[in-house]
Amino acid sequence: MTKRSTFLPRILPGATAIAAALMVAGCGPSSDSGSTGTGKRTTIANMGSDTMVNLAAAWAEAYAEVDKAVLIEVNGGGSGVGIKGLINGTAELANASRHMEEREKSELKEKRQVEPREYVIGYDALSIFVHKDNPLDEITMEQLGEIYRADGKITKWSDLGVTNIPGAKGDEIIRVSRQNNSGTYEYFKEVVVGDQNEFKLGSLDMNGSKDVVELVGRTPNAIGYSGMGYANESVKTLKVARKAGDPAVAPSIATTHDETYPIARPMYFYTAGEPEPHVKRYIDWVLSPAGQKHVEETGYVPLAGN
Amino acid sequence: MANSSEKRPSRGALALLSERTIESLIYVCGFSAIIFVFGIFFFVFKEGAPFLTKLNFTEFFFSKEWIPTSTVQPKYGIGALIVGTVSVTVVAMAIAVPFGLGAAVFVSEFCTGKVKESLKIIIELLAAVPSVVWGFIGLSVMSPVIIAVFHVPVGVNLFNAALLLALMSVPIMVSIGEDALKAVPDSYREAAVALGATRWQMVYRVLIPAARNGLLAAVLLGVGRAIGETMAVLMATGHAVNIPDSLFDPVRTLTATIAAELGETSHGSDHYQVLFLIGVVLFSITFVVNLTADLVVKGIRKG
Repeated sequence: MTKRSTFLPRILPGATAIAAALMVAGCGPSSDSGSTGTGKRTTIANMGSDTMVNLAAAWAEAYAEVDKAVLIEVNGGGSGVGIKGLINGTAELANASRHMEEREKSELKEKRQVEPREYVIGYDALSIFVHKDNPLDEITMEQLGEIYRADGKITKWSDLGVTNIPGAKGDEIIRVSRQNNSGTYEYFKEVVVGDQNEFKLGSLDMNGSKDVVELVGRTPNAIGYSGMGYANESVKTLKVARKAGDPAVAPSIATTHDETYPIARPMYFYTAGEPEPHVKRYIDWVLSPAGQKHVEETGYVPLAGN
Repeated sequence: MANSSEKRPSRGALALLSERTIESLIYVCGFSAIIFVFGIFFFVFKEGAPFLTKLNFTEFFFSKEWIPTSTVQPKYGIGALIVGTVSVTVVAMAIAVPFGLGAAVFVSEFCTGKVKESLKIIIELLAAVPSVVWGFIGLSVMSPVIIAVFHVPVGVNLFNAALLLALMSVPIMVSIGEDALKAVPDSYREAAVALGATRWQMVYRVLIPAARNGLLAAVLLGVGRAIGETMAVLMATGHAVNIPDSLFDPVRTLTATIAAELGETSHGSDHYQVLFLIGVVLFSITFVVNLTADLVVKGIRKG
């Protein structure tokens, strides 16, 4: 998920990691190298989820300072691509924003005779924002779908029973969305719009998570989605119910952890069998407070206890 | 001087060599523009070309469905984006041309001394504002104002972006337009005044017809600025795939689409190639605008 609050189009996500890698490579053999004494750096091929690519790149960059002997090459491509890489041996560490499927597990066993190891390394939670003066407090997943889906029926605030938004002009719901290749867009599409459906065209597609909140805060008719961490005083975060009649839940670190908030998901690392010692050390660092610090910084939800 | 030929110092070989070097350097500079233009066009075309075989031209130009990352059936229709670019440019010019040319006439003909100098400096300062700053103004300052003043549901829209583009192209129009008016010989002005014309009659009967080439160039440079502008329109149009029915509908332009999507598209994918084809379309539009400008200016000269 792209949580960088920049107005500029971002460079290729892998580039940061490559730049970090080049910097490390340029440092020459380090004396305190842990695993390989000869100055030759061990590489960890880390690929997968585009949602996680910024986070993975931030980790790779920071880890270069922690263990100069290890070089982490981060690539995106999607969760499926990462797991595929694990199966055919081109990746040592796969990033996935979904569970590994049974089919993929059996394929891994067949090809490499190992079971996958799974590590939850953080969570991804999206909040639904409306203008702070909007009287609406909660919404169901079904209603969100009707608002954002191509054939969805809800186009006016009165369809949701909201008739008096102070400062709003007219009844139209202004849909704020993200550019179509951001991870946020993809995740929202997956859980709200549905994989087999399309977004309703004509939404305002912002180029950053922060821009969504910024625009919703200035537009009384608007509704938008963005990372949980981007809330500010100009917007109201809606409680979301899985379906009509269910209790609506506000997004928080706690409701993300107990999985009661419906638009949140864990993010995983996968290895093929037990990780090698240098990979294990990296995973341990990622799970430590030093690594988890970057989860919050990039706009995601860190693990419980961090 | 009678003996000048004898006294002229003979040039050393070094001086001759440096003369030649500089000459050829200038020659290269002149031709480099051509090389760069063709190089850029070639590169952009090359990146997009592989998709041409798969491209449905009717859908590409006339469909308003731009869903390039669909998991079911990606759709590459840039109809709405072309309408977006054209509508924003047209509205921007409708605002900027009267203001820009009016300001040029005022600065050149109606004011003098300190007022003239300070006006010129301030107008040129307007050109120095970076486009992200314009975009930010559109997004956070003008958007709530437009909602409140015009009673529309969304403040980032066609009008917002066109207003920004107008403000961005006015300084170019003013400085080029002013130069064009200045180039009209004073004898024209004297003749007009001698015939009893008022100042205003002199402007619209004599000066504007005499300076029309330059004024047209000023307008077309403004058009070029408006079509090519990216950052400000990305932020202020609302960036919505939508064919506008009113001045206050959000739209999306070709340039903003490239800017927003290219960075995160995997290299060589269909989506990536289509974005480069959009670049080719933009290139062609500006080429046609410039060519028309050239032909029109030439036609006026002949006529």
